[in-house]
Amino acid sequence: MNTVVTSVGELQPSGRKLRQQRVEKLIKFLLMIVAASGMLITTGVVVALVRPSIDFFRSISLGEFLGTTAWFPLYEPPDFGVWPLIIGTFSVMFIAVIIAVPGGLAVAFYLSQYASDRVRRKLKPTLEILAGVPTVVFGFFAINFIGPNIAAKIWIFSDVGFYSSLSAGITVGLMIMPMMTTLAEDAMAAVPRALIEGSYALGATKRETCTGVIFPAALSGIIAAGVIAMSRAIGETTIVLLAAGSTANFTFDVGQPMQTMSSFIGFAGLGDQPTGSTGYQTIFAVGSLLFVITFILNMFSRKIVARFREVYE
Amino acid sequence: MSTVVNTKVMQADLRDTTSTSRKNWDKAFLGGLWLFTLLAIVTLVVLIGTTLLKGYTRLNPSLVVNFPSPFPEDAGIQAAIFGSIWVVVTSGLVSLFIALGTAIYLEEFADQKSRLNNLITINIQTLAGVPSIVFGILGLAFIARGWLGWGFTVGTASAVLTMMILPVMIVSAREALKAVPSSLREGAFALGATRWQTIVKQVLPSAIPGIATGSILGVSRALGESAPLILLGALAYVSSNPSGLSSDYTVLPLVILKYTQEAQEEFQAVGAAAIIVLLVLLISLNMIAIVIRDKSRKSW
Repeated sequence: MNTVVTSVGELQPSGRKLRQQRVEKLIKFLLMIVAASGMLITTGVVVALVRPSIDFFRSISLGEFLGTTAWFPLYEPPDFGVWPLIIGTFSVMFIAVIIAVPGGLAVAFYLSQYASDRVRRKLKPTLEILAGVPTVVFGFFAINFIGPNIAAKIWIFSDVGFYSSLSAGITVGLMIMPMMTTLAEDAMAAVPRALIEGSYALGATKRETCTGVIFPAALSGIIAAGVIAMSRAIGETTIVLLAAGSTANFTFDVGQPMQTMSSFIGFAGLGDQPTGSTGYQTIFAVGSLLFVITFILNMFSRKIVARFREVYE
Repeated sequence: MSTVVNTKVMQADLRDTTSTSRKNWDKAFLGGLWLFTLLAIVTLVVLIGTTLLKGYTRLNPSLVVNFPSPFPEDAGIQAAIFGSIWVVVTSGLVSLFIALGTAIYLEEFADQKSRLNNLITINIQTLAGVPSIVFGILGLAFIARGWLGWGFTVGTASAVLTMMILPVMIVSAREALKAVPSSLREGAFALGATRWQTIVKQVLPSAIPGIATGSILGVSRALGESAPLILLGALAYVSSNPSGLSSDYTVLPLVILKYTQEAQEEFQAVGAAAIIVLLVLLISLNMIAIVIRDKSRKSW
């Protein structure tokens, strides 16, 4: 009986141990603050966008912003119809996604199902290098190669000039293709081996297994990847700024120069906009729109993964 | 007798009965896959080729030694190289510090199911999806002007790039910590080590390669980023190297952007040559990351 009591007494931490415990608690608290500081940034983004945007919509009515079709905010007299930017943004995004999504899927199928180990070991680093090429370099590539040699040749509906949203879209598509590949490959890797082997056992060919088994099983991940690709294309600034010019055209002809929401922000930022001027506030109003659109897309992508994920095992 | 019959049946079953049309579709499908894979490779080759063709005339020592000049044959990018080094090193160090703290808290201390933990994770995912130009807006509103008022300086650029690469760094640091087997931690606990001692002496040393690889990838994103810095004055004509966080600055991507837009061919050549310098820097960073990854591949 006696011994039990003493052993409980011995289990109390010594003075040194107690100090150590207090230090640990302090460390945990400090780390928590560091971890939470990331939220400060998000809050900062939202606050930074909201205040000047409210000022913007005090002087320019929402009716003019969404109801008219001329966008010359930095001219005198200014026009604030945002539709040319929205159309430009979605034209570039649409072209980019047409290239990046099928392209990324195809490369992912090839890498995960067809390529030998030797080929994969060479191909993966090549794709990683392509994924690491800075956007400004792709912009240079758009002006010097894609624009004159590709966009101008394949667009037969109108004359393609030095700047075109087609050239910007193709280049953005090529830029996000490696990212799409990686995401699609991850989605395909989650498909259980047994499902694939079952398909072969029933006599399906490789192609039939790819399109009939792997693709549907990985569909939620693939759609999520596609949505992320869309959001990347919408947010891309430098390529579009260089390749599509800085005229906010209200047109659906992708052979023409166009401005997107993000390339407008970059363009307006080139000139020094005094704080509080309408030109300055315009950056924030368009920035808010951009933030909201990409935020919704990213939320959507997460929701798809959460809701439609096929859980195996 | 019966075995012979069985063998015959087996042979009949093993014959390839796939119809010709299915085989043709298979070939067409594989051809499509090849075509897109080729597209990726050709893109990289043509991109590098176009740049070299345009910039090889300026690939000489004067490019990296000289400062900007109104004469294209004298124009150099020394200020941009040093500007990039300043911005990338400072933002890399600060974001590494924050990312490590966050990752250690989330992986080692926090209750995996707690509300706060969940909130922080969602927040990081949100940040990762924010277009980089929006970080430029944030920097313009709060750091360059307004609240902090640092102006268009190295410090502002570095703070904005820190925020931008933070999500990538946190995610990779968390992955690196996750990859450390729990038996290592439990062993340390069993020997009487506290949580913090375990982290510092056991978990972090084994996670260093993973953290280093992730940091290098984050840093190379910062090195190539241009969009937010357009809003933060990096396009200015800067003729000296930065001397501190409050100096004027320009960076390689922005110098490239500027020269690419010049009308004169000779200036465009400077831009193309600067691209080669930037790509060489980025590829060497990538190589270092790959070497670290391969050298440290431990099997637990």
